Order: sequence, then C-alpha cells, then structure tokens
Amino acid sequence: MNLPERPMRWMQDRLPDGRLGWLFVGPNLAIFGIFTFLPIVIDFYYSGTGGTNLLPTDRPWVGSENFSSLLACKDYFDPNSCVRDQFWYAIWNTVKFVALQVSLMLVFSVLTALVLNRKILGRGFFRAAFFYPVLLSPVVVALIWKWVLQRDGVLNAALVGSGMQPVEWLLNARSAFGWTVFVSIWAHMGFYTLILLAGLQAIPADIYEAAAMDAAPPFRVFRRITLPLLMPSVLVVLVLGLIRAVQIFDEVYVLTGGGPGSATTYLVEFIYNTGFSSQVRQYGLAAAASLLLAGVLLVLTLVQLRGMRGTKGNSRG
Amino acid sequence: MFASLPLRTALTAATLAGLAGAAATPVSSAQAADIRIACYSDGNECPATKTLAERFMKDNADIHITIDEMPYKSILESVPVQLAAGNGPDIARVSDFSQVAAYQLDLTPYLKDAAYWQSAYGPVLDWMRSGPDDHGIYGLMTQLTVSAPIVNKTLFDQAGVPIPAKGATWDDWAAAALKVAKATKIPYGMAWDRSGARFSGPAISEGAKYFYSAGHPPVVDDGFKAMAAKFVKWNQDGTVDKDVWVSTGGGYRDAFEEFANAKIAVYLSGSWQLARLQKQIGDGFEWTVGDAPCGPAACTGMPGGAGFIAFKGTKSPKEVARFLDYLASEPVYAEWMAMTSNLPANVDLQKKKLDYKLSPAGIAAMAQFQANATTLTPLAYKLQGSQLSRPMFNATVDRISQAIAGQITLDQAYERITADVADAAAAKAKK
Repeated sequence: MNLPERPMRWMQDRLPDGRLGWLFVGPNLAIFGIFTFLPIVIDFYYSGTGGTNLLPTDRPWVGSENFSSLLACKDYFDPNSCVRDQFWYAIWNTVKFVALQVSLMLVFSVLTALVLNRKILGRGFFRAAFFYPVLLSPVVVALIWKWVLQRDGVLNAALVGSGMQPVEWLLNARSAFGWTVFVSIWAHMGFYTLILLAGLQAIPADIYEAAAMDAAPPFRVFRRITLPLLMPSVLVVLVLGLIRAVQIFDEVYVLTGGGPGSATTYLVEFIYNTGFSSQVRQYGLAAAASLLLAGVLLVLTLVQLRGMRGTKGNSRG
Repeated sequence: MFASLPLRTALTAATLAGLAGAAATPVSSAQAADIRIACYSDGNECPATKTLAERFMKDNADIHITIDEMPYKSILESVPVQLAAGNGPDIARVSDFSQVAAYQLDLTPYLKDAAYWQSAYGPVLDWMRSGPDDHGIYGLMTQLTVSAPIVNKTLFDQAGVPIPAKGATWDDWAAAALKVAKATKIPYGMAWDRSGARFSGPAISEGAKYFYSAGHPPVVDDGFKAMAAKFVKWNQDGTVDKDVWVSTGGGYRDAFEEFANAKIAVYLSGSWQLARLQKQIGDGFEWTVGDAPCGPAACTGMPGGAGFIAFKGTKSPKEVARFLDYLASEPVYAEWMAMTSNLPANVDLQKKKLDYKLSPAGIAAMAQFQANATTLTPLAYKLQGSQLSRPMFNATVDRISQAIAGQITLDQAYERITADVADAAAAKAKK
C-alpha cells in the first residue's frame, strides 16, 4: 500500500458510500459558495432595499421599488421620458455598441483568420501582431488610444502636421461612440481571430483538394465548405463576443469616462456610477440594474449552450 | 528518531509559546497607539503633515502615525466603503464631509481645550456638522479655499487687453478672455474646473439662491438659469474650453494642465492650486489672480477646503485628539499653512501675515485670494456646509455637461437637476 492510498482507505472505511466525492469537491464548493453564490444572494437582497447605508442591517426594505423606478418610462425609445434617463441611455448605448461591435468584430476576425491561414510572407509575425493587443491590460489599451485621440493627441498632431484642422474626436457624441467601438475591436479581435484560426486549421485539407479538382471558384469554396465547417467556432466567437460586449466597462471608462454627456455610458458604467462613484450611493438601484444585466447575460449563455448542443448534434449526424 | 519528532516539536512549540506569553505583557504595555491617516494632496499637504507628524511622534513616543497618501478619487470612493465595513482609517483628509458624517467622531470630550477650537475654527466647524442642532467637533480643516479666476497675464499683455478690474462682471471676463484668445491665437479664452462647486460661485453672483424654506432645495431658479445659459453658450461659441466639461463622462476634472500649457487665458479654479502654479509654471509665463467676478446679486466665489476628520471606529480616540490638538495649535497650524501654501481656516491666523515660502507672484496671488475670501457671501458658506451640496454639485455638472454636448436641452437639464437632487435627498432620508 503506497502512502497516498492509506488516508484514502481510512476515509473510505469511515464515510458512507458516495460521500468521498463530496469531500473532494467540498473546498471548491466552499470557495464558489462564498465568492460567487453568496454575492448573488446578497445582490438579490440589496436590489430590494433602499437608502444609502452599506450594511444590510441598516438598509430599509423597499420591495420592487428599485426595479419599478428603473423601468418607469413613458416611451422606452426616448430615455428623456424615463424616470432613470441615465439607465436608459446606458441601455440603448449598450444595445447599439453590442450590435455594432460584435458584428464588425466577427467580420474582421473571420477575414483576418482567413488571411492568416494562408501561406503569406511573415505569417508568424502577423499572427503575433494581431494577438498582441489581447495581452495588454484594458487600462493600458485605453490610455494608448486616449493619447492618440485627445485634442492634443498623436492623431491631431499628424493632421495639423499635414496641413489639416484638428478634429475633436472625443468631444463629438457620434465619433466618441465610434471610437469606443473601434478600440474595443482592436483590443479583442486577436483573441477571436485565434479561435477562428484554430477552427480553420481543423478543416480537413482533403475537402479543399476535392473542391480544387472540381474547379470550384474560391467564393463558393468559402460559402459551401469553409463557412459551414467553421460555424461551431463562429458561434463560440459570437456568444463570447456578445457577453464581453454587454460587459464593456474598463476601456471605455478610461477612454471617455462615459462622455461626452452620456454618449458612451454603457450599462456596467451606470451600475458602477450608481453604486460606487456617485456621492449618494444607491446600492439598491445598482443591485437591481446588475440583476437586469445578469438576466441578459443568462439568456446569452443559454443561447450559447443551446447553439453548441445544436452544432454537436449536427456534427454527429 | 521519527517517533520522537512530534514530542520534540511539541516541546519546542510549548517553549516558544511560553516565551511569547512571558514577553507579551511588557511589550503590549509599551506598544505605541497606531493612528492611520488616509490623505490626499492638492499640492504637498501629505508630505507636510508627515513632517509635522514625525516631530509630534518624537515628543509623543506612545503614538505612531502612518500617513497613507492616495489619490483624491480613492478618498471619495473607497474611504466611505471602508468606514461602513468597519475597516476605515482613524483620520482621513476629506472634502465631502456629508459622505462620512455617519462615521465621524465627536472629539469634544478628548480635546485639551474645546473652547479654543470653537473660537479659532468656529465658522468652518459647521461644515462638518449634520445640522443646526449638532455642536460636535469632528475634525480640523487642513485649508480654507476660495475659488477665483487665475489669469495668464502674459497672454493679456500680448493681446493688449486689460485684465478685468474689481467689479467686472462674468460677461466682462468672458469677453476679455475671448478677445485674448483671438488676438493670441490660443484655442479658448477660459476654462472652469469640471465641478459644481466652481459653477455655484458665479451662479450665486448671478442671483441663484439654492435654498428655499420648504421641502427639498429646488436648486434651479432664475439666477441659476441665467448662469447656466451663459456657461452653455460660452462652451458652444468657443469662449470656454468645452473639453473640460464634455470630454469626461462623470466626476471632477480640473483644467490646470490647459492653463499651465497656456491654452487658455483665464482659469476658474482656486487657492489650493497655488503650490502647483508655483511649481509647474515657474517662469513659464506671468500669472495672477483676479478679483471675484460679479453678477447682479454678488461678487462671490465659493469657499471650501478639505479637513482631517476623525472617525468613531478608531481604537485610540484620545491619541487622535492629541495629534489634531497639536496640529490645531496656532504656531503649528501657521507653520503647516505656510508649508502647504494654503489659506488658514483659523480665524486668528487669517488676520496675521504667515511666513509663506512663495515667489512674488505667489505672495500676490495669496493676498488676492485672501481679499476674495472677504467677499464670499453667507449663502456661499451655507451651500458649502449643506448635507446636500454634493448632490446639487453633481447634478449640476452631469446635466449641464449633457446640455453642452447637445444631448438634452437646457430646460430638460433644469428638470433633471431638480429631480436628481430630490432623488438623492430621498435616498439619504431613507433609514
């Protein structure tokens, strides 16, 4: 009997059948329980309380008041008609951001992966170059781009140097929004490209050889072979990208602080401002908004799980 | 050998425990009381306090003071949470007293001479109190600040435009600043720190009353509207640098860098910038401080400042009070203010000449700030001390910024400011 076996046998003898497994997962469950599930329970509790006190015992129970306050609107498409206009600005900004960022990032990631999958000169360098921003901290990414885009930044210096007028990139609501989308794509595209590249490399070469023998044109090869076989990877990228985009905070917070006005205030920043940054901290309101965000993320995760099940089923069939 | 190991280990542990136990009593009785101070600097307030604390500790070996210097934002965002969690510092340098009001320690029973504090620091002690029935002493102001226009005199001279004199209105200042900007080809004439407090001085001058007898303060009245409309217009026509208020989504932002880099001619900030003005601008250009610009109602800036607040959670209230007593004593406080180039909150010292280590420009600026302090209106003092001042200031900044950015109209901004302040007041009132 070797050394690790001894305590195992000792425990097996003393514990009823099937209980040993609980002993192994116990520490992990405890960590998960304390740092993941307990905060969720606390979040639920806080969402039903009001006031500005932090300690749960000091907070009055207000029931669904926070939710009804967040959702009170005459016209959901016009934030100015809502009681919590900033919340609805954040919602619509997030919806626009997610739609634009995810779709553009998916297109660019697929294109980049296709190019990087070909035998081109300096392929290793380009693969590393596209992946490099992923290694940077989001704060560093935002500071680099702030340095480029601010009024006296590198981009305006280049414009002035070439005889043009400087542009207020971050002072105009539309351009500031556009830049947050661009910077976010720049920062994360490498990661998704890598997933798609792995997906492309998993496609058997003999299928392409057969298509070449049939003289299939390149676009048809892409549409009929590459894209269908890449679909599982595309789905992963789509759902991961959606979840990440809904959670956008750090880069934008440093780059624009949510401005100009609230043109780039997204949902997580609204939650942060309401609960932690504002001088009158409305933890209950922030908790209610975070639960609404959690609901959206839950739906996206279920879509991902369902989609993955679907692709697994298709691949079996 | 292995069988004897546990016994040996046990004996060793017992011996160590015995030694530790024997040593524990004398060590703990001689142990110094630890005081932890969370501090932020406008200029050099934390290092200066550290110098004084080291001197204090030499004479008070039973007290050990640690000063944790952190950014202003950390004080605003982290300290209240730490205090709520029962894990806060003993003292913190705070500018928003209402946020920590629930955790403040009334120092009165621990102070050597509370009457001295009442007479020397009386006018600003109210700022730390929760209302008219509260007579506690909760801390010591580390400065008294007053907002005023800071002027790039070199640019005015180059443009041949005279600096607006005493009695000049905000319109006169805006027109002069724009004239200088056009003549000297700088991007903008003027910039205001992104702060509701900065806005409120001009608004009071314009006639804003902020307080009404019944219910929540509506904030927005004709005086407020008049200044808001002017400020938005100035941001849109290039008189004021809109980057300061618009490019940041939330929170405070100063325009010091714009002024230090001579991008603007007039900068509405305050006396706390003196150390930076001296250090960063140096001989770069000539700068001066202007008289408080006027409106139809007054010629006032805003008073303010930060204070060292003591907290209930401290394990050493007597020692905390001893240290603050030391800092509050007239000679030490005078030295402290001179070291940090700040206006004193001590009323006796306000009448005396302090030994500021300032350049001639700095001395002139300090004298002007002191002169401007005499024109501050009672309303400005009352607003600064209000428990709702920060929600009023925040709502002003957030909504006026949105109006400048074109996201909402000014009328919508007024409605939202009123609603935001009422909402904050209701949230604060929920117990």
